[in-house]
Amino acid sequence: MGIKRNLLVFLVICVSIALIAGCGAGQKGTGSGTPENASEGTSKEPPITISYGLWDKSLQPIYRKIADEFEKAHSNITVNVDVSPWNEYWTKLEAAATGGTLPDVFWMNGPNIVRYAEANILMPIDDRLAKDNVDLTNYPQSLVKLYTVEEKNYTMPLFWDTSALWYNKEIFDNAGVPYPDDTWDFEKLKEVAAQLTDKSKDIYGIAAKMHNQGGYYNTILQAGGFIISEDRKTSGFDKPETIEGIKVWPDLINEGLSPTFQQMLDTSQTSLFESGKLAMIYDGSWMYPQYSKNDYLKDKLGITVMPKLKQRGGVLHGVGAAISAKTKNPDAAWKFLKFLGSQEANDIFAQEQGGLPAYLPSVDVFVEQETEKGYNVKAFLEQVEYATMYPCSKYTSKWQEQETKYLKRVWAGEMSAEEACKKIAEEMNRILATE
Amino acid sequence: MKRRDKNTRTRHVNHLSNKRLNDWMWAYLMIFPTTAGLFVFYIYPFFQSFFYSFTDLGSFGQYAWVGLQNYVRLVGDTEVWQALLNTVIYTVLSVPVGICLSILIAALLNSKIKGLGTYRTLYFLPAVTMPVAIAMVWRWLYNMDYGLINSILERFSIEGRAWVSDPKFALYSVIIVAIWSTVGYNMVIILAGMQQCSRTYYEAAEIDGAGTITKFFKITIPLITPTLFFVTVMSLIRAFQVFDTIYLMIERNSTALERTQSLVYLYYRNAFILHEKGYASANVMVLFVIILIITYIQFKSQNKWVHYE
Repeated sequence: MGIKRNLLVFLVICVSIALIAGCGAGQKGTGSGTPENASEGTSKEPPITISYGLWDKSLQPIYRKIADEFEKAHSNITVNVDVSPWNEYWTKLEAAATGGTLPDVFWMNGPNIVRYAEANILMPIDDRLAKDNVDLTNYPQSLVKLYTVEEKNYTMPLFWDTSALWYNKEIFDNAGVPYPDDTWDFEKLKEVAAQLTDKSKDIYGIAAKMHNQGGYYNTILQAGGFIISEDRKTSGFDKPETIEGIKVWPDLINEGLSPTFQQMLDTSQTSLFESGKLAMIYDGSWMYPQYSKNDYLKDKLGITVMPKLKQRGGVLHGVGAAISAKTKNPDAAWKFLKFLGSQEANDIFAQEQGGLPAYLPSVDVFVEQETEKGYNVKAFLEQVEYATMYPCSKYTSKWQEQETKYLKRVWAGEMSAEEACKKIAEEMNRILATE
Repeated sequence: MKRRDKNTRTRHVNHLSNKRLNDWMWAYLMIFPTTAGLFVFYIYPFFQSFFYSFTDLGSFGQYAWVGLQNYVRLVGDTEVWQALLNTVIYTVLSVPVGICLSILIAALLNSKIKGLGTYRTLYFLPAVTMPVAIAMVWRWLYNMDYGLINSILERFSIEGRAWVSDPKFALYSVIIVAIWSTVGYNMVIILAGMQQCSRTYYEAAEIDGAGTITKFFKITIPLITPTLFFVTVMSLIRAFQVFDTIYLMIERNSTALERTQSLVYLYYRNAFILHEKGYASANVMVLFVIILIITYIQFKSQNKWVHYE
């Protein structure tokens, strides 16, 4: 009996712990700042709360700041900034779109815009832009074009990104090797990577991460290949130039200049770079807020343009914010969207080291401020001249899944680049034919 | 005499039916929240999935009827067969090993040893820990370059492996975590079953000269078979539905994914990454049929090994 009662007591304690843990998590999730006395104040308008959905945790504090400024100007509107991690963002967004619980304003990207626009999930903003005299000529036109589907514009451009070669100055200094610069080509990169690789210290010269925008899409273009044809009807994966651009990555692994694919699955490129285990990496400018604010990296971080293969090249992408077509507060959502595109918001974004703001005059603010700190952020800009827009079609994620499915075997050394690219081209053409 | 008898009986019946009606009303009222939850979250979605498995449901809820097309495609889809094989390996290894370990630990913790409460708490802790936390800690342990397991192996001059990223080992690494995290829960249920066993059987056996081992196999095991039956049925169903450990431990672009993904994981990928919810619904219908058959066999075979007192 005694044992039984003890067991019962023990079970009750366990359940209570579980409940307390559950409640704690719940409270954390719903806790969001509401301004004091929102219903009072001078404004007679009823209080409105709108939500703003995004996926980048390192930009969340910056957008909170921007939302605070917006709330100051519009005392009746409260903005909740909701972050979902990248891996879950699109799953959640799609479920929310189907169930009618979308955030009022949320981030959109190139691979998904056509699907969302064609399903009438997003509100076209052309009329409102015209009505409020918002001119988008001061934004990258390629971004405006990316988010224009069948003559209708759906987003306010927020920021844009290119990839670059990032390096750890300390590792170069210790080895007495000069820093990379814009004269480099891929051969030079390999040569230096070999000099810097020191396996006794677990340091590698470069990381061959399997990533499209931050990696092989750029080298494909530099090798003279392409990912998708201009009319979005055929795949470029079976072109010999494309295969050439893919091959350079597994070569880095095979030659021992980069950690293996499995090593990088266990410990990410970012973690390795942030702990001084990698001399150079390819990564997108969206990592700028994270790397430049990292305690270990911030005083040894170098940035330069990507080394060229046959030619210069790279992909350009940018994130835009869209309004849900079913929002209950279209006017408030529009006001917020307009503010997100304003010079004020873009300047905050620039000053807080968010990356390259979409409003072009604010880019100068960012470049000037960061160059002064010693970061060569001009490298991001220089590459825009010869950059190609991020490849996408209606079902981008479907053919990108095929890309990942075969390319990971190439990176793992289980399949040749030729065979994988042939398979990808077949699958991709099949998918493109259904669009 | 006869008439009066009949009279009293009718009155009695009337009285009973009123009381019964009242009881029933209360009973239904009490189970209403659970039943409602069951209908809204289980039964309705089940029929919905069944319906969608005959459609080409994609993004945002638009669909068209496609008949058996999804099922035809499924038969020729090697990924489905691989996922089925993964799920079966996972179940066949994790359930028996997990239950045997649970019985063993429950038996040990059913004796009078020092620090009993501490041990019970330690074994039960994984059951009340968030799966995310469990997966993260184990991923660190399994880490190729910086993990504890490989650094211990290194001391014995054994070369470490990429336990979760190497297709050869990943599934087994996940199974170990699954066993570790379910042993505590099953142990508590089995322990409760063991404490129901009457002392008299043991006393009688002791008089007959039975040792600890004999008592365990001849008395304890037969007496806890009803508990074991419950634990086995639940564990099998849970093992067939495995998703979270795989989702949390295996990177999406790992070559180990194809060799570890379960049917539910495949469902998630088809439905939410590839936007083919119709086809994904057909995937889970297969799983449903398998679980149904296995559970049916278990219930049919229970009178062969389950002893109710």
